[in-house]
Amino acid sequence: MIIFGERINGMYTDIGDALRAKDPKPLQYWATKQEEGGAHYLDLNSGPAIPKEERAAAYEWMVNVVQEVCELPLVLDSTNYDAIEAGLKLCKRPAIINSVDAEPDKMDRVFTMAMQYNAGVVGLCMNKKGIPLDHDLRVAFAMEIVATADGYGLPMEDLYIDPLILPVNVAQEHALQVLETLRLVKTLSNPAPRTVIGLTNVSQKSPNNITNLLNRTFLAMAVSAGLDSAIMNANDDDLVDVAATTEILLGHKIYADSYLKVFRAR
Amino acid sequence: MSVVIVKEKYASKVGEVVLGATSDQGGTRTSTVTVGGDSTLPYLHFEGQMPNRPVIAMEVNDIPPTWSEAITKQYGDVFADPALWAKKCVDEFGADLIYLKLDGADPEGLNRSPEDCARVLKEVLAAVGVPLIVEGCGDTAKDNEVMVAIAEAGAGENLLLGVAEQDNYKSLAAAAMVHKHTVIARSPLDINICKQLNILINEMGLPLNKIIIDPTVAGLGFGIEYVYSILERARLGALGNDKMLSMPIICNVGHEANRCKEANMTNADFPEWGELDDRNILWESISASACLQVGTSILVMRNPIAVALVKKNIDELMSV
Repeated sequence: MIIFGERINGMYTDIGDALRAKDPKPLQYWATKQEEGGAHYLDLNSGPAIPKEERAAAYEWMVNVVQEVCELPLVLDSTNYDAIEAGLKLCKRPAIINSVDAEPDKMDRVFTMAMQYNAGVVGLCMNKKGIPLDHDLRVAFAMEIVATADGYGLPMEDLYIDPLILPVNVAQEHALQVLETLRLVKTLSNPAPRTVIGLTNVSQKSPNNITNLLNRTFLAMAVSAGLDSAIMNANDDDLVDVAATTEILLGHKIYADSYLKVFRAR
Repeated sequence: MSVVIVKEKYASKVGEVVLGATSDQGGTRTSTVTVGGDSTLPYLHFEGQMPNRPVIAMEVNDIPPTWSEAITKQYGDVFADPALWAKKCVDEFGADLIYLKLDGADPEGLNRSPEDCARVLKEVLAAVGVPLIVEGCGDTAKDNEVMVAIAEAGAGENLLLGVAEQDNYKSLAAAAMVHKHTVIARSPLDINICKQLNILINEMGLPLNKIIIDPTVAGLGFGIEYVYSILERARLGALGNDKMLSMPIICNVGHEANRCKEANMTNADFPEWGELDDRNILWESISASACLQVGTSILVMRNPIAVALVKKNIDELMSV
């Protein structure tokens, strides 16, 4: 199970303020803290805090300040590919581009960049018409992305298919479709791509006292359906424990009494 | 039509471990032995690398052994002198390492002191230039005293010290850390305990490349298939990037094969079984070959003819 720490995102007030004020401290605090929690990658997302024309400079700055304090590889999370490319040029370790959907012109730009900068790619199961409910259509988009990535020579372990989970409080019917998509993506191609979800989406706007429970429960379900990685809260210890325990119960890793400790060791 | 060979890709490999230390490394060995480093299932040279060939350690005891005559008659008059015995194993039989077993320390037997054991170690170190494996008598309390003295007497030699077990690993691991040795972590044919023990030893501060695992072995006909399945799981764990299962494996196959009745019964007892001399060789060499097939890095053996046969087998398996 690969954990992408989600916290460095301009949607959070402290990060949004820091991005506008060019204050590296909050980003560096969360980089270190997420690494301690168990993150394997750090997702960087400026969010709407920065105007479009300043995004490229903002991603350069984010990559630099995070790399000053942290050895983890980065996930550059934006719909602005110029900003992503500016960040990729500065990454010291192979990064991941987050994300592309099943639109030919976007895929062309993203996979060309991925090959040039030795980066991975998150591929979303949607197109310009939006996110389908039905798992069949999600899988069809996934396979278009898989075939295109393969055509560019991207190894399947560098492609992360995201079936796109939506908040359960407004789109309850999506969870089951996401699980089915995960199962099919893992069976339809060999070698199969990796899979990822933005886990916290499932609990968006649900009351605080149940968000952790929703995240933890859905993570266990998704991993057993074929999920390899998640953009998630790396500082919810119970959530990280669920990831480790699910791996053990599925037989992905060999049990030892101290398996929780091993999961966090690098 | 051309056939495309399907190759498996593995996430990681078996760790490399160096045994012994030369004079510029703080020891007195004339050569060191490196084991592990495999990035494929055993001997699938087209899929990955096996940079270090498996090695054979020959057993030397600090007291005369109670082995079958099928073996002892090949050694001649060396059993009263472990140094002479070790030298013969290296010079005549081509042992890559010497495995020194300190049965004389057994409180139920000669009950030799830790100082006596340390003296034997120094004699053997002086007699041969290959790296040494040293194991106590099997009495936990006594071994904790003996192995601390051995670690101190062999300081800097990077001995492979045995054995750390789940309920008794701290004293040996600490001694190995202080005096710069490597340890054997032994588990009772249980992959979960095997992994847990590695975690515990590593938590004490001993690096993973200072551990060799002994998942326990059985002789041919006495559960070797089960041994095979455990060793296979460990290997698949290592290749699947399970760092806590990625250590090279040692199998004390000489001891186990020679516990089997087929390796000991006389011609008169079972005439239909054929000559004891042949049986003894075959039992040990076939048990050893099974361990090799599943990726064992260090075989501990006794019968010199079996050693020669297994060396030939290793040559064949390693020739690409």
